[in-house]
Amino acid sequence: MSETVLSIRNLSISFKTSNGMVNAIRGVDLDLHKGETVAIVGESGSGKSVTVKAIMRILSSNQRINSGSITFNYERDGKRVSQDLLKLSKKEMRNRINGKRIAMVFQDPMTSLNPTMTIGHQIMEGMIIHLKKSRSEAYERALELLTLVGITAPEKRMKCYPHQLSGGMRQRVVIAIMLACNPEVLICDEPTTALDVTIQAKILELIKDIQAKTNISVIYITHDLGVVAKVADYVAVMYAGKIVERGSVNEIFYDPKHPYTWGLLSSMPDIGSENEKLYTIPGSPPNLLNKVVGDAFAPRNVHALNIDFKQEPPMFKVSDTHYAATWLLHDNAPRVEMSDTLRKRIDKVVKEVGSEWMQPHSYK
Amino acid sequence: MGRYIFKRLALAAITILIILMVLFLMLEYMPGSPFNDEKITAAQRAVLDAKYGLDQPVFFRFIDYVKSMLTGDFGVSYVIQKNMPISTMLEARLPVTIQIGAQAILLGTLIGLILGIIAALRHNSIIDTLTTFISVIGVSFPSYVFALALSFFLGSKLHWFPILYSPAKPIVSSILPTIALSMFTIATVARFARSEMIEVLNSDYILLSESKGVTKRRLIFIHALRNALIPIITVLAPLVVTLMTGSLVIEQIFSIPGIGSLLVTAIQINDYNVILAVTFIYSIMFVGIMLLVDILYGIIDPRIRLAKGEKHG
Repeated sequence: MSETVLSIRNLSISFKTSNGMVNAIRGVDLDLHKGETVAIVGESGSGKSVTVKAIMRILSSNQRINSGSITFNYERDGKRVSQDLLKLSKKEMRNRINGKRIAMVFQDPMTSLNPTMTIGHQIMEGMIIHLKKSRSEAYERALELLTLVGITAPEKRMKCYPHQLSGGMRQRVVIAIMLACNPEVLICDEPTTALDVTIQAKILELIKDIQAKTNISVIYITHDLGVVAKVADYVAVMYAGKIVERGSVNEIFYDPKHPYTWGLLSSMPDIGSENEKLYTIPGSPPNLLNKVVGDAFAPRNVHALNIDFKQEPPMFKVSDTHYAATWLLHDNAPRVEMSDTLRKRIDKVVKEVGSEWMQPHSYK
Repeated sequence: MGRYIFKRLALAAITILIILMVLFLMLEYMPGSPFNDEKITAAQRAVLDAKYGLDQPVFFRFIDYVKSMLTGDFGVSYVIQKNMPISTMLEARLPVTIQIGAQAILLGTLIGLILGIIAALRHNSIIDTLTTFISVIGVSFPSYVFALALSFFLGSKLHWFPILYSPAKPIVSSILPTIALSMFTIATVARFARSEMIEVLNSDYILLSESKGVTKRRLIFIHALRNALIPIITVLAPLVVTLMTGSLVIEQIFSIPGIGSLLVTAIQINDYNVILAVTFIYSIMFVGIMLLVDILYGIIDPRIRLAKGEKHG
């Protein structure tokens, strides 16, 4: 395994709302290795976006980081530096980290570009601020970046305003902005959710392509397991502000251990399911305004044990890379396998997507 | 941009011509005449009418009026100062009105913007609440209430500023009327600036700029303020109208020899040419402000500039 670029330990974040404190992130651990892609999957409200916004320190004013550390390892002037990002001030983050070493692509390209600034200016801005480039150097590099993200006639596009470009083009521009300073880490927060399917595939290809060229590490947030299978090396499944299972993409798809992951995988629509009812996980996520006792997923889990309602399960080790937080993995737990129908559905889904996607990922 | 401005200019000229026509017709059909004195006989009135050309059909008078107006001749006053050219009257009075109006709009916009931006940045703090409080007061009270309050406390009680305007001290004596006149602008601009800035600061592109590592100052002034200004500029035009109507009363209270007080007097005694000239000047100022707003709009918002003006190449 290559060196660790980013490691999040015991991150806990709460939101101040009019109804009280919401414990949105409850002890998240996550590692990102050089040149690899970690996908964070989970349903809406599970805390995926908040986790990565904490890395960039761009949480809103009512969101507070209670504890934890985000250690970022990078090279500065030839020396290895290990920095806890949560110890930096917002100003230091802006000057040293944001955009320069860690960059982020957002969900909706229609709203994430400044409508009153030319895209050329928006791409050049980061380079002028962080790399102290002259305007003409920045201009040249911006042209290169636009070509890299697959925009034709870059000279012409430099003078355009965001409203003159389509959604897919705008997302390419956002990616170009974020790559401007050659960051070590790229965070993609559902970058294809707002785009139509054909454009989605192209953007995914683009990100993979760039990763192959620059060896950048990527954190990819999505609720689309099809996307996960396409881009990820490692997967972290998030539920109610915790990572409940993590492992390599093969381990998660072929040998999932957490009942929530089973549910997620079987609720993935596939081509053969025309006449079947689409599977959904029963119930809804817990209200994090209340303190969660035991396993947050227990009330929705048909395989729940008594202990699930009393004590929170620790991360059980399945393999060196595969961990899952479910009491079902305890030595004394009854052997529970996912139900046959789930097994069959997962097999079917995996077979369908697997043939092409499950091949070992190659970068070179 | 050039074509956009030219189009706006042409539209403004047409607007002004239409305003002039409407004004002319309204005066024509208004009851009474400048020569309402009961001692004047019908024969004398006919002589007077003939002397000033009032016996001509309205159409020819209008053509005549526009022709001489273009050379800067607004005719003469019939009653207020007999046979005094109106352009001479305006020459003395217009600068005062413009000075105080401009001071008020500048002060109002500047202070309004500062208050609004600070309130948005310190959302839900004491400053924010204070700004909301000032806004509510500024919008609810008419400007003459402030005028009276200011001249009572700061003028009569504390003697900080003169109560009345004096041409000898045009700056010091214009401070109180300027403040009184600008209160509404301050309140409205602050309210808009606050809500717009809060909205813009929560937008995705500000989040993206933050992720890009833009300095705080750039974030606020280059990325946020420019976008927040677009809707604020929209309300500036109606604000100027309120300012103009406000100035009629303010000029009376501080006895400012401006065109506002002239208009009030002229309306009371049917001095046609004076009414026409002053209303016309107000219209020009209003259309001018609208034009300025439109041009500013185009400069700030590329979506408008590119949609309405030059084609993008």
